[in-house]
Amino acid sequence: MPGLGTSFGRGGATTAQQDLANADCILIEGSSMAEAHPVGFRWVMKAKEKGATIIHVDPRFSRTSALADIWVPIRAGTDIAFLGGLVRHVLTEEKFFREYVVHYTNASCILREDFRDTEDNGDAYFSGWNEAERFYDPKTWAYEGEDNLSFPRRDLSLQHPRCVFQKLKRHFSRYTPQMVAKVCGIPPELFLQVADHLTSCSGPEKTAAICYAVGWTQHSKGVQIIRTAAILQLLLGNIGRPGGGILALRGHASIQGSTDIPTLYDILPGYLNMPSASKDEHSLGDHLKKNTKPTGLWANYPKYYISLLKAYYGARATKENDYGYDWMPKITGDHSFFEFLYDMLDGKMEGMLVMGQNPAVGAQNARLERKALARLQWLVVRDLVEVETASFWYDSPEIERGELKTEEIETEVFLFPVAGHAEKEGSFTQTQRLVQWREKAVDPPGESRSESWFMHQLAKRLIAKAHASNDPLDEPLRALDWWYPEDEHGEPKMEAVLAEINGWKISSEPAPNESIFRYGVEAQLDGFNDLKDDGSTACGCWIYSGIFPSDGKNKALARESRDYLGHGWGFAWPADRRIIYNRASAAPDGSPWSERKKLVWWDAPNESWTGYDVPDFQKDKPPNYQPNGHREGLAAQPGDAPFILHEDGLAWLHVPKGLQDGPMPTHFEALESPMHNALYPRDTNPVVDWFTRATNRFAPPNDPRFPYILTTYRLTEHHTAGGMSRFLPHLAELQPEMFVELSRELATELGIKNGDDVCVVNLRAAIGARALVSRRLRPLHFDGRIIHQVAMPFHWGSAGPLRGDVANDLMAISGEPNVTIMETKALVCNIVPGKLPRGPAYLPFLNKYASQAGPENLHPEQPAPGAPEGGKHQSGHGQHGTSE
Amino acid sequence: MIGEGIQSTNQRRHSFVEDRVEVGFFTDPTVCIGCKACEVACKEWNDVPDDGYTWTGNSYDNTGHLGASTWRHVLFVEQDQQKGKQVVGTHSLGKDGDDDPFRWIFLSDVCKHCENAGCLEACPTGSIVRTEVGSVLVQNDVCNGCGYCVVSCPFGVIDRRPEPLPDAGGAFKCTFCYDRQKSGLTPACAKVCPTESIVFGRLDDVRALARKRVETLRASGYDDAQIYDPTETSVGGIHALFLLLGEAEAYGLPPKPEIPTIYLKSSWSAAAVAALGAVLAVGAAFAFFA
Repeated sequence: MPGLGTSFGRGGATTAQQDLANADCILIEGSSMAEAHPVGFRWVMKAKEKGATIIHVDPRFSRTSALADIWVPIRAGTDIAFLGGLVRHVLTEEKFFREYVVHYTNASCILREDFRDTEDNGDAYFSGWNEAERFYDPKTWAYEGEDNLSFPRRDLSLQHPRCVFQKLKRHFSRYTPQMVAKVCGIPPELFLQVADHLTSCSGPEKTAAICYAVGWTQHSKGVQIIRTAAILQLLLGNIGRPGGGILALRGHASIQGSTDIPTLYDILPGYLNMPSASKDEHSLGDHLKKNTKPTGLWANYPKYYISLLKAYYGARATKENDYGYDWMPKITGDHSFFEFLYDMLDGKMEGMLVMGQNPAVGAQNARLERKALARLQWLVVRDLVEVETASFWYDSPEIERGELKTEEIETEVFLFPVAGHAEKEGSFTQTQRLVQWREKAVDPPGESRSESWFMHQLAKRLIAKAHASNDPLDEPLRALDWWYPEDEHGEPKMEAVLAEINGWKISSEPAPNESIFRYGVEAQLDGFNDLKDDGSTACGCWIYSGIFPSDGKNKALARESRDYLGHGWGFAWPADRRIIYNRASAAPDGSPWSERKKLVWWDAPNESWTGYDVPDFQKDKPPNYQPNGHREGLAAQPGDAPFILHEDGLAWLHVPKGLQDGPMPTHFEALESPMHNALYPRDTNPVVDWFTRATNRFAPPNDPRFPYILTTYRLTEHHTAGGMSRFLPHLAELQPEMFVELSRELATELGIKNGDDVCVVNLRAAIGARALVSRRLRPLHFDGRIIHQVAMPFHWGSAGPLRGDVANDLMAISGEPNVTIMETKALVCNIVPGKLPRGPAYLPFLNKYASQAGPENLHPEQPAPGAPEGGKHQSGHGQHGTSE
Repeated sequence: MIGEGIQSTNQRRHSFVEDRVEVGFFTDPTVCIGCKACEVACKEWNDVPDDGYTWTGNSYDNTGHLGASTWRHVLFVEQDQQKGKQVVGTHSLGKDGDDDPFRWIFLSDVCKHCENAGCLEACPTGSIVRTEVGSVLVQNDVCNGCGYCVVSCPFGVIDRRPEPLPDAGGAFKCTFCYDRQKSGLTPACAKVCPTESIVFGRLDDVRALARKRVETLRASGYDDAQIYDPTETSVGGIHALFLLLGEAEAYGLPPKPEIPTIYLKSSWSAAAVAALGAVLAVGAAFAFFA
């Protein structure tokens, strides 16, 4: 999300899937949309029916490629080089949408004199690099001058040698079609064909869209891949316009929802920042000072923050006690999943609650994960079936191999039966920020209960315990305003939770507790513009405000679609805007760029923005508005600045702050790669966290033991770690066994026939799979050198009716510097024909093909164990660029 | 067409059974994404059991073929040919000496619901009947499991369900979701198809749609697009039309399907000639010895 967040302002898809039907060209890369998002793919097919060109860039010829007009095979992990090549093409061939770029992006902003690009330095680093501590100080990345983010100095002719446009042009100057061929294995004529389609389908009359999924995010530089796509779309003028945009295809039904109202440790609902224990955040005032921006929508940060605290602590939150800020937990370091996995492994964690997840199969370096589970004292697993995370102690490869012994495992496992999605009330926030309410169809069987029941009942019991104690440490629990009405099963009424998320005005007398509206329906807020920073409003997630307003209608439950964008069906945050930044769909003067691509425009007689979507702009701010001395909030932004979350109201081609690994994207090789970096004198992202351990090692570049590139993907027939699909007969029979896909050429080379048993081996593990040989994988050619890629789904495990090895056993744990995500889409392996030895014969086999001896940091760019782990400690995730 | 939402014939309610309207499927592989939702929806709605966890190694097809417990089957056809004007990697770029085309086609196969149905004609118990909408339906409570229908289907669609599956012994195939249709609902496979590769509707409409689609495709470079709708053979037309790229055989479809009963006349004639011959021979023998 920082990729989209720092480029445009918000960490969400900029468009709606339905709108893909209006695209003239769709580039799908880092996603097999037809397979992982088959329902949304109907809109791609609709666009194709209307004549759009569909391009799929992927290491594997997938079901998406089969339906595309052009399939471009790419070496896994080289997307920045490919997209960077397109950026260069657009710039050097003058194919960019000049008026859009000049007015709506920061292309014209002048950078500081002491900013140094990789091209200035002639190495792989920007200015601000601290080699000893392995992090960037982003100070020099900013604009020139005082107040530089809010009121940048601009050169609208784009000629100034230090303007972003010139820097960008220079930065990508070496990403030529020949370089793309050298890095990605894509022949220049194929690359140019893609470039021609994209550029001819962009401009006032036409638009192109880009779709991506975890094929971009799960890399050691995933955020920068998305950034490159953002730069490309901005140069082509494709953001905020119909048929344009970047669609971030999320991996689960409510992944967007799980960051909006986060399951992450470092942000709070609505992308507010979690307080940190650092000195400059000891009081609410300090926290707000640090995180509030002078101009743009984030000038309202205190309103959103204090309203959230009022939702948490109700009447206990007062101005005098900083609205309960002291009761909030404070971040003391990196508490992300992998950090606590290591803590678990080291016996530093006593217990764990696992819900909606199956880490014994789904987590990276899953062998390590299963061993870590065995170090816990207690483990609560809530799932539909007994998944591997609950059965690891008696039924896992480690038990079979004698690495773990049931009688020696002390972990007490509590397996709770849960309600399925039709057996509970709630909502999903899907890929395009659309919140859709889900009613309960039937009661769950037996003792099965929803997650909300579990959390609600747990909270009630913990709060009761806290009230029974005198321990001041329990005060944060005692202070909670836990008011939710229950149904006859003890389930909290989920519409009451939604009402709180929407927010309300606080009057002295709360409404009776049975009502889902705490202060009565008329107190419900109609949107986030009504939020106050004086404690008179409460709001559980400001970006969702308006979802359950004072008319008492749950907008997420609305099912009367009025137009093609789906207004009237569900609620898209923010404020039901379906295509965000849609001010950019009109020219600076407020008129549509073209009749064909009109969406939102200035209605001069009525002095209001109007159109087919809810304007993502101040409704009455004229296009020619100038701040004229206004220094704060939205009033400080002119009428032609569509990216209202950014201080300057512009989209950022160059990110002046908010990213850990550079203001502009640079191509780095995957942490494990068979090739060296052809573009820079450094192979890997310098800021990445390697999570170095003897059990989590990385092969050095071009390691002859592991000559093949391995990438992973999802099958349509299964759902991620398989808990919701492998156990269902009608899905299990469709893809019943683990397999690895390889090319005919590689199969011939290794003497493997289709259907043979093979072993996939790398430094972390060896797993067994069936060989699926086809022409859907192709050897890639690099100046006479041939590199093979193999691809593997990852849905199987040891529990349930299907048995299969765990692809994630092969994955290394690593942390992309901005979001601590691991690299699962590009690594290396060896293929050994034959069946994988089971039981005690496994470890000798692994040792034979991947010696477990040697140093922990085999990769020459990997820091020694104990060395500083990059820049992530110095700030948060910057989803909105809110972090310093 | 895709994107009509609840206005699509796949989604809206109908009264075809009441109005005795002939219905049909049109299945179009050029928009099929091989998701197999049709297979799953069919099994879920009709309570068809799973029939084994067997990995075949044949592309992504682990279903194999239509049968007693598989009423929709998505074929995964890999061919060394170009699809329309599709560009596949370094190939199909039109460079001399480097033309190495490839295509991957998905096609959801189903019972054809023949105009003259071999299974129906062979059924001795009257278990197999023709419905108001022109579909062919097996009434499982009447079926005695004789299996005559199995050998009489020119497409290999119908089959007897083996032990130990539920209702083993009886013959099963696609019901065209007759129960759903009676309630004005569309068949489950068409209802769930995300790209409307399976279109359900009036037979006349889907036939017209199929013709139009072939025209459109041919105009945009799909030179081998054709409709599979054998009206000229003894099946006399079908209620499940397919768009095919290339030859029917590649999809396991007979180019000229015939129902076995057309051989009845010639076999009965042959039998009559033989019988007459026998009578004459016996007569002649008596005459000789007399």
